[in-house]
This record gives sequence, C-alpha cells and structure tokens, in this order.
Amino acid sequence: MLAMDYRGPKRVRATQKPMPEIKHPQDAIVRVTRSCICGSDLHLYNGNVPDTRVGMTFGHEFTGIVEEVGPDVTKIKVGDHVLVPFNVACGECHFCKQGMFGNCHESNTQASAVGGIFGYSHTAGGYNGGQAEYARVPYANVGPTVIPEGMDPDDAVLLTDVVPTGYQAAEMAGIQPGDTVVVFGAGPVGIMAARCCWLFGAGRVIIIDKEDYRLEFARNYANCEAYNFEKDMDDPVVFIKKATDFMGADCVIDAVGAEAAGNAMQTITGRKLLLQAGSTTALHWAINSVKKGGVVSIVGVYGPTDNLVPIGNVLNKGLTIRANQASVKRLLPRLIEHVQNGVINPKALITHRIPLEEVADGYRMFSAKLDSCIKPLIVFPSANI
Amino acid sequence: MENTLKDPQTLPGWGIDANSENDPTYPMREPRLNVSQDPDNKHRPASLQPVDIEVLKTIERPNVSAVFGESSPPVGLSGMIRRFAFKYSESHYGHWLPLLLADRVNVVEGIVEDLAHGKVPNIFAEKGYAVEWKHNRSAFVTKMATIAVLTVGTVLLFTSGNKKSYKPKRRGYYR
Ligand SMILES: [Zn+2]
Ligand SMILES: [Zn+2]
Repeated sequence: MLAMDYRGPKRVRATQKPMPEIKHPQDAIVRVTRSCICGSDLHLYNGNVPDTRVGMTFGHEFTGIVEEVGPDVTKIKVGDHVLVPFNVACGECHFCKQGMFGNCHESNTQASAVGGIFGYSHTAGGYNGGQAEYARVPYANVGPTVIPEGMDPDDAVLLTDVVPTGYQAAEMAGIQPGDTVVVFGAGPVGIMAARCCWLFGAGRVIIIDKEDYRLEFARNYANCEAYNFEKDMDDPVVFIKKATDFMGADCVIDAVGAEAAGNAMQTITGRKLLLQAGSTTALHWAINSVKKGGVVSIVGVYGPTDNLVPIGNVLNKGLTIRANQASVKRLLPRLIEHVQNGVINPKALITHRIPLEEVADGYRMFSAKLDSCIKPLIVFPSANI
Repeated sequence: MENTLKDPQTLPGWGIDANSENDPTYPMREPRLNVSQDPDNKHRPASLQPVDIEVLKTIERPNVSAVFGESSPPVGLSGMIRRFAFKYSESHYGHWLPLLLADRVNVVEGIVEDLAHGKVPNIFAEKGYAVEWKHNRSAFVTKMATIAVLTVGTVLLFTSGNKKSYKPKRRGYYR
C-alpha cells in the first residue's frame, strides 16, 4: 500500500509499505477515504518532537471504510464508513472512565504524560497514522464512529480533531456570557476555537496571527475581530490591555503551540537550538494578556518538559490554566448535532486537496503557508468516495 | 483590514453551550474516588497485545500498555541511543536530549538504508521544493542562492586553509 513516509526534518515522501495487520482482538483495519495534514503534524515535520523515527507514517485525522475487524470488535463492522478520533483510547482505564480519552493509560508505552495518538511519534505511542491507503485502528469499539447518514465525509474528517480541539479550547476557557476572549493563532484550530467561543456565549472574540489571509478567513468564518501582530500593533500584550480598558481579556486561548513566531529569543532557543521544546511566545502572550483571575486555555502542542514559561506571572495573577489534548469521543455526540444543525460548518476550512502521491508538496505548502493554504486534505484516488 | 462584525447574538448557536456553573477553577468531572481508593484503578483491557517486537517503555509505568504502536522499532546507532534514553524518566534531560540526538542520527541511517537498497533519495522532491518554486519563487531563489553562497564560502575557507600549514600562534601554550 502507498503511505506517507517520514525521512527527516522537512523531508517526507509517499512510499510502498506493508499492509497493516490486526495485532490485538479489538483492532480494526480501515481503508482510508480522507486524511488531513494538521498544524501539529508540522511539529513532527520540522523535527521538534523527540522520538520521531524515520520510516513512520503521520496522520491523526482520517476517515475510512472498515476492511477487517478483530474477534472482540462488536461496535463497528466491515463496510462501515467511520471517522476515527485522533486519540487511541481503551475506554476502560481510570482516565477513559472520566471522559479523558486524550489521556488513556493503556495506549502509550513510551510516555506517561500523553495517551496514544495516531501517527504522532513514538512519544505518543509509535502508531502509524492515516496518511496511507490503510491504517490499523486499535480499540475499534471505542474511537471509530460511524459517519451519520447524510453527513459529508469532508465534515466528518474534521470531527476527528479540528472541531473537537477548537471546541474544547473554548470549553476549557470557561467562557461566561459576555466575556472577551482572545485567541492566539488563526490556523484551523484557532479559527474553529474562535467560532465555538460564540456557542459558549462570548461577547467579544479577538483573533491574532501574522498571516493576513488567515486573519481574513477567520474574520469571515468566525465573525471575530482579527489583527496582525506584525502590522497592527507593536506589542500584542499592550494591544490587548488597551483594547480591554487596561484590564486584560477574560479568557485567552493558545492555539499556536511550539512553532510560534514573533520573538527572536524564543525562535533561537526553542526552534533553532532546541534548548527548550519549541518556542513559547504564544503562551507568554497568553499569560501576560489575560486579566488577573482569568483563564488561559492551551490546545497548542508543546513538546515534553523544558519550556521557559513565565510561571511567576501565573501565580501572581491568580490564573487558571487549563490544557489538554481534546477528548474527541466525549465531545462527538454534541458536535455531530452542531454539524447536522448547521451551527458549525467544518468543511469550509478545507482549501486544498492533495493526492497522497504528492504528500511532500502538501507538507511544504502547508508549512510554508503558500497559496493561502488553511487546511489541506489528502485524497485517495482509490477511495472513490 | 476592516473589523466590522455582525451582532454575535444573531449567529447560529450563540450561547447554546453556555453554562454559568462552568467555573474552570473546579475540574469538570463526575464525582469519583481518588486513585488508590478506586477498586477499578488497575483495570486493564481483557487482552494484551503480544510483545513480539522490541518496545521501549517509560520507567514511569510498570508494564507495557495493553496495545502499542512500535511502528519503527529501535535500530542501529539511533536505537542504542534511544535504549539509553529510556533509562531516564520523562522529567529528566537524560531522556529527551538523547532522543532528539537519536532522531538526527536516524536521518543519516535512513539515507544509508535507501542507498543500500539502491535508492538515491530525491531530496528535492522530498522537501517539496517544486511547490515552493511554484508559489514562492523569489523567496525560494533567495534561499537557494544563500545556501549556494554559504556552501561555496565554506569550501573556499577549508581549501584555502589547507594550503598553508596551520601554525598555532601561542606555541607551547598547550604543552
Ligand atoms: Zn490534528
Ligand atoms: Zn484508557
């Protein structure tokens, strides 16, 4: 089968690889019909996530048709078209039982901090992902969800990560009706988070990025204020203070993570020298621009350990910080309802369709922000759906 | 850029997921026992994936998780470095820095492996430069020119250095 193949920082290709196999009674094999490249794949692509091994297949956002199931799989059957949440979760452990599917204790042997994630380095369990013609899906009774009748697969594939992560970012921000929310990062998740803030009753939503095309997209899609931190302001923290009566925002969402631009010191120590796990510029801005007693919600991906974070300000300001990988399975019923009722329109985010054969160009285009790319979708000529 | 907006209350879904009791200072979870009181806290899935491949395991858990990926088992020099890294906990530099080093070594191993299979990696294509050429030509040309100048400069530096024999200025200082 054809699969995306990581060869080193900023080097990927499509390669013939062996077919995945059933390795556990709850496994399923799916024939992938849609697969996205995600902003968090770029941390892997750039070589910033430890234990990203050459030969691995990325891809944690995919849909597929069930081809084969293990003997203990009862909830899905061969032929079902399913969307596969990015978390690998057992559904039975201490954490899964609390709805923390992003923190499952029985899906990642290599690290205790994070649960298993498809195609996301060995630090997240070493699973091959869905940027391939076929994928192994463990715990098939838990994650994979049959795409509801009539739902566009383009909408379904965004329910595997972007929509739940954006939604959970807004949920964790603890928005009270009327609150002013600032979102750092106008990538797909930031844009979705800005859109979801309204569902929690926000009174004002401001999104900040450095690419005008993304800001324009966010303004139209999420009906929010959108500002360019390189053009519209000298200092984002002062800008937000001024915009909020010098109090700070009620809630701030960090939808950027370790690839943040905007601060030379952070770029050098975090992205070039790897002295810390990526740049934490966005998190600095978030902590410093939220009001005292406010909430900072983090969904941007940071590497493990060693970040230079202004934790003293967190204490002095009495902040609440909430952060997690989204628990897709917990949120799916509500979000499917929102998509079906037209409250959220996920597929509008997709700007590019790239055949798997051209995956290297897709990664370059997305990472270099070429051709006004918001969200690239990998298409499978063999899928016919 | 214009920032004139619609009244948010006219947006579909405005406020439908608002919950005035959603105070994030208190974790949102069902009432439960703490870890050691929970009789179910050691519950594991009924079947365990057979460990028929080398799996590196964090020392912060007692066992291998019930399923695992291990799509690319440790190999060669990078594998040796990774095995060393897994002697340290996740809160230790000794874990993460060797892993990052192993990743870089692994890249070279990947190229050697390609060559051993008679395949010369097409780095231009793997880096997706065609699309950069198409959409970002001027920046791309600048980047390539910079790389060329640096390469030529480095080569000249080293070759010119080879002509004269190197004489340490402070002879005897190191003796
Ligand atoms: Zn993603
Ligand atoms: Zn679990």
